Amino acid sequence: MVSLKRVFMKCYLALILLFLYAPILVLVVLSFNDSRSRVKWGGFTLQWYGSLFSNRQIMEALKTTLILGFGSAAAATVIGTLGALGIEAMRRRSYRVVMSVTNIPILNADIVTGIALMLWFVRFMPLGFGSVMIAHITFNIPYVILSVMPKLKSLNISIYEAARDLGAGSVYAFFHIVLPQAGSGILAGFFMALTMSMDDFVITYFTKGAGVNTLSTMIYGEIRKGIKPQMYALSTLLFAVIFVILLLFNILSGKGKSTDDIVERSR
Amino acid sequence: METNEKERDILELKNISKSFDGKKVLDDLSLSIGKNEFITLLGPSGCGKSTTLRIIGGFVRPDAGSVWFDGKDITDLAAEKRNVNTVFQKYSLFPHMNVEENIAFGLKLKKKSKSYIQDKIKYALKLVNLEGYEKRNTTALSGGQQQRIAIARAIVNEPEILLLDEPLGALDLKLRHDMQQELIRIKKEVGITFVYVTHDQEEALTMSDRIVVMNRGIIQQMGTSKSIYDEPQNAFVADFIGESNIIDGIMLRDRVVEILGVKIPCVDEGFGERETVDVVIRPEDLEIKPVECGFFSGQVISVLFKGAYYEIKVRTDGYEWVSQSVNAPEVGSQVGLYVVPDNIQIMHKPKSEDAEIIKE
Amino acid sequence: MKRKYLATPYIIWVVGFTLLPLITIGISAFTRDNGTFTWSNILAISEPINRQALFFSLAIALGCTLICILLAYPAALFLKSFRFKRKGFTIFLLVLPMWMNFILRILAWQMILSKNGILNFLLGKLGIAPLSISNTWGALMIGMVYDFLPYMILPVFNAISDIDEDTIEAARDLGAGSMAVFRKIIFPLSMPGMLSGVVMVFVPAMTSFVIADILGGGKVQLIGNIIEQEFMKSMDWHLGAGLSISLMLLVLISLAFTMQNDMEDRGTTIW
Repeated sequence: MVSLKRVFMKCYLALILLFLYAPILVLVVLSFNDSRSRVKWGGFTLQWYGSLFSNRQIMEALKTTLILGFGSAAAATVIGTLGALGIEAMRRRSYRVVMSVTNIPILNADIVTGIALMLWFVRFMPLGFGSVMIAHITFNIPYVILSVMPKLKSLNISIYEAARDLGAGSVYAFFHIVLPQAGSGILAGFFMALTMSMDDFVITYFTKGAGVNTLSTMIYGEIRKGIKPQMYALSTLLFAVIFVILLLFNILSGKGKSTDDIVERSR
Repeated sequence: METNEKERDILELKNISKSFDGKKVLDDLSLSIGKNEFITLLGPSGCGKSTTLRIIGGFVRPDAGSVWFDGKDITDLAAEKRNVNTVFQKYSLFPHMNVEENIAFGLKLKKKSKSYIQDKIKYALKLVNLEGYEKRNTTALSGGQQQRIAIARAIVNEPEILLLDEPLGALDLKLRHDMQQELIRIKKEVGITFVYVTHDQEEALTMSDRIVVMNRGIIQQMGTSKSIYDEPQNAFVADFIGESNIIDGIMLRDRVVEILGVKIPCVDEGFGERETVDVVIRPEDLEIKPVECGFFSGQVISVLFKGAYYEIKVRTDGYEWVSQSVNAPEVGSQVGLYVVPDNIQIMHKPKSEDAEIIKE
Repeated sequence: MKRKYLATPYIIWVVGFTLLPLITIGISAFTRDNGTFTWSNILAISEPINRQALFFSLAIALGCTLICILLAYPAALFLKSFRFKRKGFTIFLLVLPMWMNFILRILAWQMILSKNGILNFLLGKLGIAPLSISNTWGALMIGMVYDFLPYMILPVFNAISDIDEDTIEAARDLGAGSMAVFRKIIFPLSMPGMLSGVVMVFVPAMTSFVIADILGGGKVQLIGNIIEQEFMKSMDWHLGAGLSISLMLLVLISLAFTMQNDMEDRGTTIW
């Protein structure tokens, strides 16, 4: 009886995972498909991987996507971490006001955020790479703040003030006191921001203007004419890279955790 | 505390063994608990006391052995079906319910009437001195208050046995002393069996009718506070119950033991000739005398004022002694150490395994 | 220097790129091209075609949210009951798919569900008649649920796995069987997680236009599609802004409704 229940639970979870991973499987298979048709299997090939790097359009879009992703994530991490440090020191009322405003880009619909930014940008600057960058930084900052804030709350911030009191400069205190303790939150915030930026379509779509393409907007433009098979190859490559990075990260951070588990249980 | 006459056993653990991940936590443990008894399981962390409690509560199934309640085998009975309630160390109040809802939880499940539940809540809050707290949010209460609510929540179900898993462990010292008295009072008022788990020997000595000292999944000694304190059966118990000087000795013959090369009179008999033994001397029994009057002489290396007495450390050739005295000798001075024969306890050496623990 | 001034760059950023754009879109919504005030852009939401799209969006978003809850809740519960020692790994498995471009993933669903697609191919092998779900509401719903499911599982799983084992034991100790434990402890304590899941699914589902574009085969018009067309094809920005503001208000009202219940719940427990 008990084991039957467990079998059922395992099957259910397996089905959910299949549901989540089925499209990815399809895309990976397509990247090796020797046929331009999307539904016919034409044999195994690596040609899309081979021709990927000589496709100027795709490489251009990849470059834009990566610069946008890393650039906006880095900027958001700096502004957001400083912001979190400052907000944490605010009085209760201002704290609440600022945190509600921080939630706006997360809670608001992408399409509204995108349109609002576009209508604002056209008043004083041309739409282009710059406007997309600002837009990405804008929707990334809240993710950084939300991942740094809990860390700041749990670490003893008075240590920072004590360090300042003992004559440490704010920069020194930040790098030697805050960063080591809130580092994991800051890193998580950066990674979250990077993910959001690279996955974004809607906000980029409304703020990019003509001539700028990220991978997302490029794919969207190609829906009607058909996706270039090189795009599947590139996506598979990106996915594989992230997979390996995340897996390593998980194993490394998991090691510390599992020993904690043992300690916890033997207690 | 005096031993209550045991009316009859309400709970019996028979030959219980339990391992976690191949590590033996309880080894063939048997224990009878009398009705209306305040029994304390005492031991260092990892000794198996909490596991024993969880087996009684029904949260852990023993690998071997059985649990008997009022003459019935309840080994396989689920926790929710046992007429036993637990007060958890971390209180474990339901965070989404207020005080009243927490206390009413068990009664509602038993489908008791509204008026019955209201009466019970009133009674229980009065019992734990928190009248008028019905609508309070549990997370806004102090640790001591939360613990009182946890007790009230358990008591209203009228369990035959109340299990308390280090319930005072998270409280500060002052509060702990108050709560100890409270618990004794509550125990008197409700008149049910308390099984109490703690690693705090002082707590165990103050509150219990009977103490079960455990180590490494094995019961080391059972008895009243007095008998355990005065006559520890082995060095582990002696060491764990209060601070002691424990030192190797050789039993030369009946009533004479050799410690650090000095022959000392004692009252113990029946050991083997030249048997190596553990000699236990309580700090309060170790008297500071002029050098010529002591068995040993040594140098005072520290004197600490402890409120009612001084704690004095004396280093002799081969051992560092702890003594308690109302007079403080000069640090650095030479003193003699004396003990009356009656106050020396001689014990058989423990099995090798336990010896390690003591050294730790 | 006081520490709170470290937030200065952020405050400037928020005012410049969050608050002012919202004010701008508000102004656009209430004006004509010549700058005069009008209600017509806002009221345009009640025109039949827009009203219908709005209704479809609402229906789809509610349905999608409901299905996500029904799928995610057992998943989170089962994950918890396996006592995964590595919470991180579970989250890793759920987040990983997001690293494949989302438009491509939706396109992959189109290939899976299309008439000569993978699903029908597999069904054929099993001797089952092919389904024709491509370009239907069904396909759209599958795509939406697919895209938003992780956003429901994650918060629910987090909430459930944060429930202290002791709390559950305390409930059992007081006589609660597994059903009662679920009803009285696990479910109420997972509510905050579920509510944040609802927000994270409902809002994007209500306003999405890409999924409808790809999987609805152009037949399905959601309010998101209409707004997008006002901006990208008809170039009537004032009308688009008006519809956006209406949509935003509707979403806010729906959220306030959900949050209201939440607040009331907490209200009784806090005071």
